[in-house]
Amino acid sequence: MKVLTVNFLTCAVKACKTSPLSFPLHFQDAELEQSDIEYNPSFLRNILPRVDWEALKVTANELGFTTVPAEKPNPAPTPTNPDTNPTETIKESPEAQPADDKVMRDLHTLLLETEVREGKMVCGNCGHEYKIKEGIANFLLPSHLV
Amino acid sequence: MDYLIRFVQIHETFRKPEVETLAVLADVDVEFLSYSEDSPYSIVRLKDAFAARNLISRSISSKGIYELWGVGATYEELHANILNRSSSQWATYQSCSFRFQFDTFSGSRTLAEQRAIIESFKYLGFNGPIKLKSPDQTFTVFEEYEYGNPNGPLRVFLGRFVGGSQRHILNEYTLKKREYIDTTSMDSELALLTANLTLAAPDKVFYDPFVGTGSFPIACSHFGARTLGSDIDGRMVRGREGKDIRANFRQYGLLDRYLDGFISDLTHSPLRKGRWLDGIIGDPPYGVREGLKVLGTKDGSGKEAVYINGEAAHLQDKYIPPKKAYSFEAMLVDLLDLAVELLVDEGRLSLWMPTANDEDVELGIPSHPCLQLVSVCVQTFNKWSRRLLTYKRIPDSRFTDCLLARQKVEMKGSTANDLNSFRKRYFEGFKAPLTGEPFGEPAGGKS
Repeated sequence: MKVLTVNFLTCAVKACKTSPLSFPLHFQDAELEQSDIEYNPSFLRNILPRVDWEALKVTANELGFTTVPAEKPNPAPTPTNPDTNPTETIKESPEAQPADDKVMRDLHTLLLETEVREGKMVCGNCGHEYKIKEGIANFLLPSHLV
Repeated sequence: MDYLIRFVQIHETFRKPEVETLAVLADVDVEFLSYSEDSPYSIVRLKDAFAARNLISRSISSKGIYELWGVGATYEELHANILNRSSSQWATYQSCSFRFQFDTFSGSRTLAEQRAIIESFKYLGFNGPIKLKSPDQTFTVFEEYEYGNPNGPLRVFLGRFVGGSQRHILNEYTLKKREYIDTTSMDSELALLTANLTLAAPDKVFYDPFVGTGSFPIACSHFGARTLGSDIDGRMVRGREGKDIRANFRQYGLLDRYLDGFISDLTHSPLRKGRWLDGIIGDPPYGVREGLKVLGTKDGSGKEAVYINGEAAHLQDKYIPPKKAYSFEAMLVDLLDLAVELLVDEGRLSLWMPTANDEDVELGIPSHPCLQLVSVCVQTFNKWSRRLLTYKRIPDSRFTDCLLARQKVEMKGSTANDLNSFRKRYFEGFKAPLTGEPFGEPAGGKS
């Protein structure tokens, strides 16, 4: 289960959906694994606006990552293709670029390359535990929570 | 400029919606000047060859696109039309290498006849070398015959090849060669068509709530999307003995685009509410080969947690949550609701559903005020058929009462047959009184 995916998951119990405590789910006994995924800044640019930043900071902290910026970075827009839009010129500030790139690469590592292989995710509202085995989380509920 | 699209004569109802959707992706305007479900040749109007190539490069329902040089009911008409339509172009291709090809539909020509017809285009004045292998230009003579009447073509065309389609990948993605499949894996050609109709594209996020062996996520990731999948059947998501969804993605070199698979039930989805999905594709269980089940108990029991030796039973490794039968119609309503909550503006939902040829059991097309039906495509089997419905999320700004209370389908009964008229009819062999002949089947067939 990738850190990015966790940012889109909450408790499956219907009564918990309205509680702010049900998101993000909290990790316990998480075993991490790093994989190697090709760096793709355009995907990050697309997905970052949809990431809940406060929740990501909580998750990252629980998993031992302390380098997440306090504020969601505002990545440089996709360079305009000069063939399709000749009137717009590409504006890139040469000083800001390397720092931005480092932040984005760290985010790529955290969001896409870091996976929880084994462990539990716990709802902060109802306390239900969702197990993760071999990277696959199980969100099926027992009958008393349905 | 006019172009000829060379469609394949299979899954005909998917073809026009596919091209219209690819036009959205390629950001080109396409106008159909002639199109028929009975013909593989369609004439469209496009800005230029660049737009034509872009439009068709991802297509699964066509073989290629050609600049239209002429069309006619006879060769005399064709030659006259070529003179009229394309004589200004002839000089451009005077000295490049070229070849002529023949494409006949519902008819045939001997090689000698083909040669004689090709010779009749001599007046185009091409002086370049003839190369049968990778020439600069390929010109194709298309002949369309009336089915069962080989006496002469109905229509003839001449086209200059502009761009090929994506059909060359079908051999690579065929289920026959796939690592991990199951009885319900979706045919790869239809999965790729579905991905196209749902606007799968690089850097988008797609989700399949009935992931099974991953047919749809694989198709979407082929077109560049990042994909998530879930299934209520944990065995499907986990796979067995190293054969799993990840193995399929690895086989096609797409593993970087597979985000995650998890085990969950559509009626108790863990997905966070918010508009973060670009597309949803689902082939819900029809309740025939796979039981249609959701979390819960048939009689509503089990409202208390069970403890064994002081430990909660539901936290044990071997615990299997109870499931109950569910209505297919209710499942569709849930799926539409999920799509409205999670899709970005203009994001698409594609869902497969059965529809028997017999009107008695025709399931209505589900609707939601925030979803606009984009296309309905049909795949016909011997005794039943199924539809692919594609919707797009209407932006809230264009819709005021999007939060209209929705009527839930009332559930009657609790057995699989009570809840699923389609399942019942399937096992009865669709043998209820037929109202007239089933469409598309020869008279005298078994009913």
